[in-house]
Amino acid sequence: MMTNPTGRLTQGQFSFLPDLTDAEITLQIEYGLKKGYAWSVEYTDDPHPRNTYWSMFGNPMFDLHDAAGVMQELKACRAAFPQHYIRMMAFDSTRNVETIVMSFIVNRPAQEPGFMLERQEVNGRSLRYTTRGYAANQPEGERYKS
Amino acid sequence: MSDTDSGSSQITDAKKRYSAGVLKYKQMGYWMPDYVPKDTDTLCLFRITPQDGVDPEEAAAAVAGESSTATWTVVWTDRLTACDSYRAKAYKVIPVPNNPGQYFAYVAYDLILFEEGSIANMTASLIGNVFSFKPLKAARLEDIRIPVAYVKTFKGPPTGLVVERERLDKFGRPLLGATTKPKLGLSGRNYGRVVYEGLKGGLDFMKDDENINSQPFMHWRDRFLFVMDAVNKASAETGEVKGSYLNVTGATMEDMYERAEFAKDLGSVIVMVDLVIGYTAIQSMANWCRKNDMIMHMHRAGHGTYTRQKNHGVSFRVIAKWLRLAGCDHLHCGTAVGKLEGDPMTVQGYYNVCRDSYTKMDLPRGLYFDQDWADLKKVMPVASGGIHAGQMHQLIDLFGDDVVLQFGGGTIGHPMGIQAGAVANRVALESMVKARNEGRNILEEGPTILKQAAQTCTPLKAALDTWGEISFNYQSTDSSDYTSTPTAA
Repeated sequence: MMTNPTGRLTQGQFSFLPDLTDAEITLQIEYGLKKGYAWSVEYTDDPHPRNTYWSMFGNPMFDLHDAAGVMQELKACRAAFPQHYIRMMAFDSTRNVETIVMSFIVNRPAQEPGFMLERQEVNGRSLRYTTRGYAANQPEGERYKS
Repeated sequence: MSDTDSGSSQITDAKKRYSAGVLKYKQMGYWMPDYVPKDTDTLCLFRITPQDGVDPEEAAAAVAGESSTATWTVVWTDRLTACDSYRAKAYKVIPVPNNPGQYFAYVAYDLILFEEGSIANMTASLIGNVFSFKPLKAARLEDIRIPVAYVKTFKGPPTGLVVERERLDKFGRPLLGATTKPKLGLSGRNYGRVVYEGLKGGLDFMKDDENINSQPFMHWRDRFLFVMDAVNKASAETGEVKGSYLNVTGATMEDMYERAEFAKDLGSVIVMVDLVIGYTAIQSMANWCRKNDMIMHMHRAGHGTYTRQKNHGVSFRVIAKWLRLAGCDHLHCGTAVGKLEGDPMTVQGYYNVCRDSYTKMDLPRGLYFDQDWADLKKVMPVASGGIHAGQMHQLIDLFGDDVVLQFGGGTIGHPMGIQAGAVANRVALESMVKARNEGRNILEEGPTILKQAAQTCTPLKAALDTWGEISFNYQSTDSSDYTSTPTAA
């Protein structure tokens, strides 16, 4: 169990709020679509803060302009990976932006074991730090039990 | 002088022009009302207050002269040069609306005048001797247009706001920070405690204050060691990338490089410098940051001495343009609603300068020129100073997502502790972004949205109870002077 005030992984735009309902997720998707963003669904069982590349549940949906369609993809991803972290990501292709502009978690494992901090004493008083997920010792796909 | 025509226009007869003696600046060729600025010219708008009896056009010509080639008397050695190129040209003078005795003077500078990639060289001309010039009571550089040809000689921000977000893995909301308080006196160990509590509670960044360097109560190495333990511990406990701006400002470049290297060795994602180190040092530190994958935070310490008064100095929008070229990733740009100076529209103008790809002329925001940034990286503006969770709707409405909101007192002074202070700010932030995206009018509904969020968040309720009514409503000293239809040429 993580000990920060939320008791869970705090990545993304809305981790400090109660879990978004499907209706609330739909409103966020609609906001992004109105801005011309492309939505993508990504999942992982290794949410290390420096693990940039979660698995893509298909490519970003550049040609999908309907929130219901995006929600279909999310539902399919949840069905396939019910105990994984799943995040919604929106991409903006505007010149000089060309990056992710929204990102929020929409699915979590029942237990969030979090990370340990390993300290290695080196020169003088300096330390080398390594962050390691408690679940990361298990093979992929077997890290979170329902 | 009673010279009829020669007093008001350039003397074109070379023999007359270069006979020894004193001429008016207008006669020397610094006033060219029909000059059409070139795309490669640097354009400056000065607000000048001529001494009583000094003709405004002559004063404008003097500004052009003293900020380029002129000296007080005629020199024959001008004739060895292509002096027409080197003379800056005052090409427009208009009275400042509602400010009798003040004039806006537009001056154009040829591309050849300034060394490529050097803010020091550009500023030595533009704000060099001219600001002490006796015929003017006061002068202010209001705005500047830097031509694309010159912009492309600068490397700009070492990281830029797009890459900063990609490195931090934080998107779609303002970043949250706080300055460690009290500013002075905490030991390294006590200091790290404040950093740890703030970051674990939900902030993205903590920050050294501008005057924290390496004083007797806390040597810089001690601070860096304790702070980085706090940063890494908070990062592991939240699963988020966290940072603390380690202020590497020191007496010499050697000191700063040494401090920056240590910050890098300890794994910090960000270092910080103060504006008072000067433009050359800033450009050197930007090079170092670029080479070492480091975000560079800039605290604008000292700027108020020359940016705040409308009639004399340099507007902060000009400083922001220079700093974007020189290269910093974060820049304090004001809060509009907090404890420090800043008219909201004027402050928004500074934010545009930091974040635009192309800045449009916008007189109410004090932007007098179009500025093409030629794809130069963008600076993340920082709002810091006397702001609290109860103002979240106003802050997001004014500044959007690409900003660091820093609540120092508003985090550390929270009645339930520092972590609770951080939670209150983060919950207020996330609720407001969510509500805005859902299409709600946050400026009107903001207080209601915060109250609703506080129903399931005791720390936010306590923050609103403590600071909900605090505001700093004073008259701004620096706002834009304009008429809705700007006077044509």
